Amino acid sequence: MTHTTVHRLSEFAVGLLFGLGLLISGMTDPGKVLGFLDLAGAWDPSLALVMGGAIAVGFFAFGSAKKRTTSFLGGALHLPTAKDIDKRLVIGGLLFGAGWGLAGFCPGPGIVTMATGEPKAAVFVAAMIAGMLVFQFTDRKPKS
Amino acid sequence: MTIDWAHFTPWMSLGGGILLGIASAVFILINGRILGISGILGGLLAPKTGDFGWRIAFVLGMLAAPITLSLLTPDDFLSAPRIDAGYGLIVIAGLLVGYGTRLGSGCTSGHGVCGLSRLSPRSLVATGIFMAAGFATVFLIRHLL
Repeated sequence: MTHTTVHRLSEFAVGLLFGLGLLISGMTDPGKVLGFLDLAGAWDPSLALVMGGAIAVGFFAFGSAKKRTTSFLGGALHLPTAKDIDKRLVIGGLLFGAGWGLAGFCPGPGIVTMATGEPKAAVFVAAMIAGMLVFQFTDRKPKS
Repeated sequence: MTIDWAHFTPWMSLGGGILLGIASAVFILINGRILGISGILGGLLAPKTGDFGWRIAFVLGMLAAPITLSLLTPDDFLSAPRIDAGYGLIVIAGLLVGYGTRLGSGCTSGHGVCGLSRLSPRSLVATGIFMAAGFATVFLIRHLL
């Protein structure tokens, strides 16, 4: 097996594992997401456990990644370098959060739910990609 | 505040969350990549040489998740998704999520899971803001309008 094949297979496996995590956790059910975001109504705390479980594992992984210079497969370790807390971060977060609260989909669950054959999720993903393209073609300060 | 015990799924949500954490851990340690969905998708829309294959492989893996889970579990393992929003609202939501996550350089996975896991102040601010905007939007729609 070539080095590239190992990479592609492991990336596919991680995508699959992540998709399974989204399905099992309940993140792919917009009703559950909105139940979590509805503090003033009947509140479903489940998603706090999703975040808690993910971060509990991630904390140790990133702690050890910070001490390394290459990945286990020998490639570069692409850790983010941006540190600025600027207008882009704030406005981007506000727009994303508003969209998340409107329908209960964020990017990953939208894609996985689309793959279950749900037409509304497919429309969400199409609109999301359109939004990304609008950003790409209008952004005056490309980040990379 | 009242708790919606009928829909509360502590063990499934904790277990699913741990899987999300393992996937993020494997991706950074083995592949050297941040598991952030909006960033992975955004890079597919403006492809650079040598930066395409890993993104496609990852997204194909995600797309294979529902069929894989249905082969491994009984039919009633997951309840059907509850999607209340109509198509008009879905389109507006998608546009906002797509534009906002690119402007803010991340979403629930990149900032919320990976960013908080590596104790990034920038991701903590981003996560606080998109959560607050989500809470405010749902409050507006369900309790004020």
